[in-house]
Amino acid sequence: MPKGMFVDTSICIGCKACQVACKEWNDLDGEPDDFAVQPDGRLKAINFTGNSYDNTGRLTATNWRHVRFIERGSSLEGNMAWYMMSDSCKHCTHAGCLDVCPTHALMRTDLGNVIVQQDVCNGCRMCISACPYGVISYNKSTGRVNKCTLCDDRIHNGLETACAKACPTDSIVFGDVDELRSQARQRVSTLRQLGYSKAQIYGDDDVLGGLNVFYLLLDDPEVYGQPANPQLPQRNLIPNSVWSVGSAILVGLAALVSFRTRLNRNEEVEA
Amino acid sequence: MIMGSNMAECHPVAFRWPMQAKEKGAKIIHVDPRFTRTSAMADIHAPIRAGTDIVFLGALINTIINDDRWNSDPFFREYLVNYSNAATLIDESYQDPEDLDGLFSGFDDENRRYDVNSWAYQREEAASTMPAGEEQSYADAVAAGLPGKPRVDLTLQDPHTVFQIMKRHYARYTPEMVENVCGCPQEKFLDVANTLLENSGRERTSAIVYAVGWTQHTVGVQFIRTAGMLQVILGNAGRPGGGILALRGHATIQGSTDIPTLYHSWSGYLNAADARKSHDTLRDYILTETPPTSYWFNFPKFAVSLLKAWFGDAATPDNDFGYDSLPKISGDHSHLPTFVLMHQGGIKGFLVIGQNPAVGGQNAELQRKAMENLEWMVVRDYFETETAAFWKRPDVDPSTIATEVFFLPGAVPAESTGTFTNTQRLLQQHDKAADPPDDARSDLWFTYHLTRRLKELYADSDNPRDWPIQNLYWDYMNEEENAEWRINDEPSGDLIMREINGYTWADKTLVPGFAALQDDGSTACGCWIYSGVYPEEGKNLAAAREADAWVSPNWGFAWPANRHIMYSRASADPDGRPWSERKRYTYWDEERDTGQVDADGNPIIGSWVNVAGDSIDFPPTKRPDALAQDGGTALDAHSGTSPAIMKPDGKFWLFAPSGAVDGPLPTHYEPWESPVTNPVYGQQRNPVAKFWDVPGNPYHNAEDAEKYPIIVSTYRLTEHYLSGTMSRWLPWLAELMPELFVEMSYELAEEKGINNTDWVTVVTARGEVEGRALVTRRMRPFVIDGRTYHEIGIPWHWGYQGLASGDVTNDISSLVADPNVTIHEGKVFSCDLRPGRRSKSAREIHEDLIAQYQGPGVDVASLICNDSPGEVCNA
Repeated sequence: MPKGMFVDTSICIGCKACQVACKEWNDLDGEPDDFAVQPDGRLKAINFTGNSYDNTGRLTATNWRHVRFIERGSSLEGNMAWYMMSDSCKHCTHAGCLDVCPTHALMRTDLGNVIVQQDVCNGCRMCISACPYGVISYNKSTGRVNKCTLCDDRIHNGLETACAKACPTDSIVFGDVDELRSQARQRVSTLRQLGYSKAQIYGDDDVLGGLNVFYLLLDDPEVYGQPANPQLPQRNLIPNSVWSVGSAILVGLAALVSFRTRLNRNEEVEA
Repeated sequence: MIMGSNMAECHPVAFRWPMQAKEKGAKIIHVDPRFTRTSAMADIHAPIRAGTDIVFLGALINTIINDDRWNSDPFFREYLVNYSNAATLIDESYQDPEDLDGLFSGFDDENRRYDVNSWAYQREEAASTMPAGEEQSYADAVAAGLPGKPRVDLTLQDPHTVFQIMKRHYARYTPEMVENVCGCPQEKFLDVANTLLENSGRERTSAIVYAVGWTQHTVGVQFIRTAGMLQVILGNAGRPGGGILALRGHATIQGSTDIPTLYHSWSGYLNAADARKSHDTLRDYILTETPPTSYWFNFPKFAVSLLKAWFGDAATPDNDFGYDSLPKISGDHSHLPTFVLMHQGGIKGFLVIGQNPAVGGQNAELQRKAMENLEWMVVRDYFETETAAFWKRPDVDPSTIATEVFFLPGAVPAESTGTFTNTQRLLQQHDKAADPPDDARSDLWFTYHLTRRLKELYADSDNPRDWPIQNLYWDYMNEEENAEWRINDEPSGDLIMREINGYTWADKTLVPGFAALQDDGSTACGCWIYSGVYPEEGKNLAAAREADAWVSPNWGFAWPANRHIMYSRASADPDGRPWSERKRYTYWDEERDTGQVDADGNPIIGSWVNVAGDSIDFPPTKRPDALAQDGGTALDAHSGTSPAIMKPDGKFWLFAPSGAVDGPLPTHYEPWESPVTNPVYGQQRNPVAKFWDVPGNPYHNAEDAEKYPIIVSTYRLTEHYLSGTMSRWLPWLAELMPELFVEMSYELAEEKGINNTDWVTVVTARGEVEGRALVTRRMRPFVIDGRTYHEIGIPWHWGYQGLASGDVTNDISSLVADPNVTIHEGKVFSCDLRPGRRSKSAREIHEDLIAQYQGPGVDVASLICNDSPGEVCNA
């Protein structure tokens, strides 16, 4: 029975408690690039982005969770909307990272979560380009990659994930994916009845075979910076391989023809 | 309706409840100048210009009482006539701001205060009582002052009824006025009015939530009063799902007003002894403070039991239980005037615990400068805060500052046992989980051992003023509790909780509640409203942890008497029946056998019951049709339809004949600093607001409107804690909101040529603050009477210490305050905004201001002994 999380953005208040709880439980540092030593010798946070209330900006090897802030409309016009979405690894059913990892450092556990085994990872970074969500990041200090583990140590000891535990509004709920999906469907129909016409689930079976961490969105996925129809790069493996093999044959044939010509010429010279 | 609060950002944990309500289909209204994370979760966001809340709320009152539904549904009138003072007649000499262009009758222009006699109730002749004499008991002496009953007109037709006065007072507060004064579109306003009305009545209730967005104004108390009036008009007081929820600023701020760190009140909201009142002896104090009617008639029991808790065996009837030894207040000794005095060199030493005035204080450079005049200062905190480091702040030469600063490391809450009292009056115990590191100690430890050493120091003194230190009861050590810990001299939270609950002095038997307290010295009680938290051995209710799906009476302890909804008599109709099945809460059960017998030995049948297990504050067997007793005192003076047991007349007050020094009815005044001329009255500002015309604290007056044309609000964010003392030192939090920023609309940014993330400087007469521009569609200009006014917002978390550092926002605010409670006006003042960085340091600007000061000069002696300049005596 896979475990996962249902993230209901309609009640996410953007407090970022999930980000902090994630760092606390997983013992992650502040993002090194976000701090700089000032002329007076003090360390200072310098990562003001001006992008709404989002200053951490992205998922990295030390930010396994990231709350996105999306401003739409205008207060003056009376149609202001401010969406918040707590983003992380989706623990996809068809996980691109898993397929490409040459050392099997990336693995899926019995609870369905995808983790990076740090002692097996060789830092080749193929998983980074295989992830359609930009979830996996290279950790310069360890030479390996990091991402959300779905709190592997917690969930294998009967606890919920740290982010779900910290979420004050229960916008992030941890549980059996099947149960969460029916809960989410119910919530979508309630919201539609209340007039949220674009309320939708992101990450049902139609997306990469189903995301174990899936979302209820109030607008289209692109509004939240999520691809509507994400594709795995390796999905192109067979056609690309055919092209590669075909190209190789062509090059080989050309080479043979070329050698043959040279051979003939040599013969002529010798003659 | 959330108004004057950014609940989602500032109270995210409590916001789980509105979110659960929303999931069940509840509508959330947010009325706020900015579109915040709370607005994002609301069904309706009604934007208003900061500081115009009384116009908005007054217009809600006016719109609702003239609405067909309100007038045709008998519920509203029945509730109003029976439970409020709507029918009470006011003195005929009363004149309204409508008559006096913004002033109430009784205004003393010279002293800037009101004589409240014309605001009084009309009364019947007082019943003849025996004259007060020295030999009487407190109860008899107080009863001698029993006034006549208030005169009423239950038809509400008499022009002197509260209802008619209120109706006239708000007649001009219309949706059109809301649009012109608040800048909120009429349709939005009417949407709010209709939503509230649709969700109030027999079957439904609405709640109002506020926080410091209402308190930090020169008319803050009146904002909250208007909301109270609205809830009474809508029938939402004393009923489940109704009421007003005051969100407190941080953990156990509620506790620190209940058992106060305030100068003007003692535990349980007993007024502090005051040299300006008739408080010379204990008897004077008690007779002055005890009203003959309402539950406050029991005041003597609470006061004497508190003195007994303080002085124990040394407190005897012969020495007035130690009352004479206590210092009496002589004026306003709250934060703002204290720092004015410090700035003038009138204060020698300063203990700073759980506060960071160098960042959080208004006109913060004035406050930092003030600390330079101290001989010594002790700061206890987790990190070296800006206050602890004021002597080495930017652009200051430490060698010029003589103040001796002691920095003591504080323990965090998880490192000691104690209780938090949260926003809904709920006491919850937290247990010590670990020893604090190194020399860090709890506040409890520090307070206990400081006092213990003071007692040693003064043990041999024969100076009478040292009596309270020598005789303070101070026996709180239980060595057994410390056995398993490294720190083995931590005082016992358990022993302190027992004293707070109260016990009989002779044998220390815990009392079951405050009803058991006595005024003869036989009981001691540290805080009467908390009495019942530890009602018997082994039963500390603050540690109770049994939740249910509704009121959860067995989770923690809600003061008073574990009462979750106060005045719940109003949840039943005048006959005692639930207003509706859906909203059944406290009601009269005619058949209930109480198991008690009356004076004649007949069984008492019939009692009030509560469906949720909540405790009821109405006398349990007082029939709904009981009449007020002629000559009755305490609650006997109230009828069976008088839910407000703490009010002299037992009614919810629409009109406040006393208590609010700035008027009996909330009235719109512009903020102290506003570029807008008051569109409603000739009176521009709250006429009795507190201000301090002292060096370094200039104000923007009417003639400065062009120079400072922009409206500014200061506020906080989820990511940081107040002045940042618990957040800016932590990388996980610092990186979430790293730098000071200024939120502004696209319209203003374009007008000023500012791009997103540019440096900008906000300027007032007090100072300049630089930050990064955050240009957003969440901010908007307001059109007031055809003219556009811009509003900007600045969070105030940053300072010169910590990982997330920046300018101190409060360098631009001023010392000016509400006249009732001396809370500053941080939520709205005026400013200018310019692109680029600031011109000088805060220190240089402040030095210039002092050099330029041309006011009357400040008499330090008068600051110590008398009311502050501009202060209104509310004695």
